[in-house]
Amino acid sequence: MKAMVYRGPYRVRVEEKDRPVVEHPNDAIVRVTRAAICGSDLHLYHGMMPDTRVGMTFGHEFIGVVDEVGPSVRNLSVGDRVMVPFNVYCGSCFFCARGLYSNCHNVNPNATAVGGIYGYSHTCGGYDGGQSQYVRVPFADVGPSLIPDWMDDEDAVLLTDALSTGYFGAQLADIVEGDVVVVLGAGPVGLYAARSAWLMGAGRVVVVDHLDYRLEKARTFAHAETINFVEHDDVVVHLKKLTDGLGADRVIECVGAEADGNFLQHVTSAKLKLQGGSPVALNWAIDAVRKGGTVSVMGAYGPMFSAVKFGDALNKGLTLRMNQCPVKRQWPRLFEHIRNGYLKPNDIVTHRIPLEHVAEGYHIFSAKLDGCIKPLILVDAA
Amino acid sequence: MPYTPDKPPLAENSEQLRARIPGWGADLDPADRPAYPRERFDPGASGAHWELPEQQPEKWPRERSIEHLRLTPVFGTSTPPRGLSGAMRKLAYRRWSEGRAAHWLVLLAADRVDTVESTLRSFATTRPDNPVTQTGILSERRHHGVASRVGQNRADVRHQLLDPVIVGAPWVAGGVAAYRLGKRLVRRR
Repeated sequence: MKAMVYRGPYRVRVEEKDRPVVEHPNDAIVRVTRAAICGSDLHLYHGMMPDTRVGMTFGHEFIGVVDEVGPSVRNLSVGDRVMVPFNVYCGSCFFCARGLYSNCHNVNPNATAVGGIYGYSHTCGGYDGGQSQYVRVPFADVGPSLIPDWMDDEDAVLLTDALSTGYFGAQLADIVEGDVVVVLGAGPVGLYAARSAWLMGAGRVVVVDHLDYRLEKARTFAHAETINFVEHDDVVVHLKKLTDGLGADRVIECVGAEADGNFLQHVTSAKLKLQGGSPVALNWAIDAVRKGGTVSVMGAYGPMFSAVKFGDALNKGLTLRMNQCPVKRQWPRLFEHIRNGYLKPNDIVTHRIPLEHVAEGYHIFSAKLDGCIKPLILVDAA
Repeated sequence: MPYTPDKPPLAENSEQLRARIPGWGADLDPADRPAYPRERFDPGASGAHWELPEQQPEKWPRERSIEHLRLTPVFGTSTPPRGLSGAMRKLAYRRWSEGRAAHWLVLLAADRVDTVESTLRSFATTRPDNPVTQTGILSERRHHGVASRVGQNRADVRHQLLDPVIVGAPWVAGGVAAYRLGKRLVRRR
């Protein structure tokens, strides 16, 4: 089969690999039809995540058709169209029993701090991902869901991570009616978080980024006010002025490990890998939220330390909330929102790339060429 | 103003927002939010029909965090450790917990060693690594590389110049090392 393969920082290619096999009785093998490149895949692509091995196939956002099931699988049959959450999880450990599917303890021998994620280094369990013609899906009775007949394939693939994560981020912000919500980052997760903040009753939503084309999307897709931080000497002061000196009630950080806005922080983390991630956006969130406010962190960071302004978070009495999204918990409600027309996930898709051109797809997304916001990979065209 | 009790007024009230934005307030009640409450004890909700999953066979000594009490019932089997990078990875898992910086720094160093090892190994195959096609750099021409950057006020353009250095440095270093080695061998003759 054909699969995207990591060859080292900033280098990927398509290779012929063996088709995955059932390795556990509750495994399924899924023939992938659509996949996506996630902003967090770029952290792997840039060599930031420890134990990212040459030869691994990335991809934690994918949908497909069940091609084979293990002997204990009850809920899926060969031929079913399925969407697969990015979380690999058992459904029965201490954490899964409490709904914390992204924190599963039974799927990742490499680390106890993080659960399992498809195609996301050995730090997240060493599973090959879905930017491939076939993928092994553990716990087939737990993770995958049938794609409803009415659902568009592109919406389904976006539900496997980006939309669910953005919606989850808005929920973790604990928004109450009339709150001023600032979203840092106008990538896919930030756009969905901003759009979701209105569902929670936000009174004002402001999106911050440095890419004008993404801020334009934040205005049209998410109905948000926008700020290009490059145009301001100090974006925190500008946000304080916008809120009469108070600060935002809630800040949702959707940038993560490669945040720009401070050259030193960016280079020491994203380029020199001396920090787990660039804390620029996280520090702006801490500074821009009001005292007693909430910061919701959806940006992905590596497991190493980062220079976070924790003293100010303490002194301001902030609530910091964060987690990898337990995707499947979000789906029933998100399905309703999509059916009601409140959310149109594939409005942010800008590029549709055949698997053979995956190297160009990564570069276009990484370098932000051609107004790229969300690239999908057309696997069944391979 | 934060100096007085009241919150600054908003430009639009809830009725205006509900009329303007589809779905405004649909999840106003936290009970409608699927992430609330964060923890809900309901072991049957996931679809799991086991209390402890069966153990996946271990085909090689699977490296694992020393914070785990056992090998997890299920694990990924992508890219087993091999070569010097594999030895470094095994050491990182065997010696240091996730709480120790050494654990992560050795894993990161192993990633760099893995890149060099794999590149060298590729030269012994019919498909050696090709930095031009693998970096996707040719898309710069077809996808408006210059227009996407120039005059766009982007904060990332300054450090994008470092990317080719990071990609190219190992190739340059490898070339210099090969040249020096070759020169030394020629001198010995």
